[in-house]
Amino acid sequence: MTTLDFTPRPGAAPLPRMVLAQAGAEARAMLRNGEQLLLTLIIPVLLLVGFSQAALVDVGGSRIGFVTPGILALAVMSTAFTGQAIATGFERRYGVLKRLGATPLSRAGLLLAKTCAVIAVELLQVVVIGGVALALGWSPHGNPAWVLLLILLGTAAFSGLGLLMAGTLRAEATLAGANLVYLVLLGLGGVVFPLTKFPDAVRPVLELLPITALTDGMRSVLEKGAGLPIGPLVVLLCWAAASLALAARTFRWE
Amino acid sequence: MRAGDSSSDGGAAVEIHELIKRYGRTTAVNGLTMTCRRGQVTAILGPNGAGKTSTIEICEGYRKLDGGTVRVLGLDPADPALKPRLGVMPQAGGVPPAARAGEWLRVISRFYAHPLDPAALLDLLGLTEHARTPYRRLSGGQQQRLSLAAAVVGRPELVFLDEPTAGLDPQARHACWDVVTGLRDAGVSVVLTTHHMDEAEKLSDHVVVIDHGRVVAEGSPAQLTGAERQLRFRARPGLNLDELLGALPPGSAAKESPAGHYIIEGQVGPQLLATVTAWCATEGVTTEDLSIERRTLEDVFLELTGRELR
Repeated sequence: MTTLDFTPRPGAAPLPRMVLAQAGAEARAMLRNGEQLLLTLIIPVLLLVGFSQAALVDVGGSRIGFVTPGILALAVMSTAFTGQAIATGFERRYGVLKRLGATPLSRAGLLLAKTCAVIAVELLQVVVIGGVALALGWSPHGNPAWVLLLILLGTAAFSGLGLLMAGTLRAEATLAGANLVYLVLLGLGGVVFPLTKFPDAVRPVLELLPITALTDGMRSVLEKGAGLPIGPLVVLLCWAAASLALAARTFRWE
Repeated sequence: MRAGDSSSDGGAAVEIHELIKRYGRTTAVNGLTMTCRRGQVTAILGPNGAGKTSTIEICEGYRKLDGGTVRVLGLDPADPALKPRLGVMPQAGGVPPAARAGEWLRVISRFYAHPLDPAALLDLLGLTEHARTPYRRLSGGQQQRLSLAAAVVGRPELVFLDEPTAGLDPQARHACWDVVTGLRDAGVSVVLTTHHMDEAEKLSDHVVVIDHGRVVAEGSPAQLTGAERQLRFRARPGLNLDELLGALPPGSAAKESPAGHYIIEGQVGPQLLATVTAWCATEGVTTEDLSIERRTLEDVFLELTGRELR
């Protein structure tokens, strides 16, 4: 049997090393989980192919040019909101968050690690979805910096909502709720069905949803080559500020 | 001297004074006072619901106390400066079910400045061949051992182990004991809870028995079991003990528990031994396994906390 030197030599690792280690673990967990992969990659790619190739809805222009920005927005929501809410809800249930609380990794460090993992998975989604779209004849316009800004703010808003749900509801309720919200927002947020198909009375309300703001912003830049999408960014900023503040106040770690 | 040390070695690793913890209207810890010394193994014994886990989780900084004071390595349990200095093994769980054993331990080790080699630790605890197994597919004993590994990987000064050997087979239990002994030999302070009296007797320098949220007895295993000896023997059930007691010196006690197992307490010496065997001879009783022993910690424990189930 091996003998080990247990002589105390306590000390915390530098924050970047801790965050990187935890972010790697979180990203691996997301990519290895079949249900998560279904949500983050398979469904978005199927929707992209389906709605761009078949004339399912009349979009008045290039179908791939209309659908791709919506699918990119959906991808952000699936990872930052649905995936993160479900994973965090079960981490809370299994005492994982509690256990991590006994290590030198601080709560802020843990949230930073989660955010890094979400962004890494989103990067992969953008590459895969963008690659498929390009293969299907997509020609993106606009300034990539605005797209990046939209994705980051969208990630903040959806992470806030996801953590708000995961930190207050039971794990099973989070699982059901996060999937339901994903479906509802997929239907209502202009992802594949243009907002013009909805009655005039509900449109102003729908435009205030985070998914609609993200879809709108992405579409205005990538499809129409518009400049800084101020309206959608303001909506996302409000959602991010409100949801993160509320999550910080209500989150129960066990 | 290490940074943050408030006292020289031999001081208190954990100091608890008049601790109170309530859950709603239930008082789980009710004015508990105890000290765990540095470099020692302290075992906390107590029936289910006695307040062991609540106490340990307050020390770990997991729970807030409702009254009293707790100092861990001289600091408030919530002080973030404590985190790298403590190792924690919760009673169960804490690991993502899909995480692979080896990967998870490596991630935890990356949180510390000078960790033990995770692979060597897996090897020590017999988990090398399960390094790629997801946590949920490990047996209960393997999960416990992984959790123990994570508690010590950061080379802590103080380790809290909440029922470290619950559900372990004998081999795994011995591996765990070896780790605890190794920690102690290296100068690490260990606080553990257990239901196994033999474990407390074997491993610990100091035993604290708690019940109903208070300390009911403490001391070294030898102090707790006392110098008092017992005469034990087996014979046919239903001997007339009143008659035997009549022959023994005043102050002696005799009981049959369980049936056919007899325990005589009092001035256990040659005289008492002779009296008992002589009485057995006149009764035509053949005794088996006749022995003079010290009380076990289990006897003390049952005496202190009662025999009723909870």
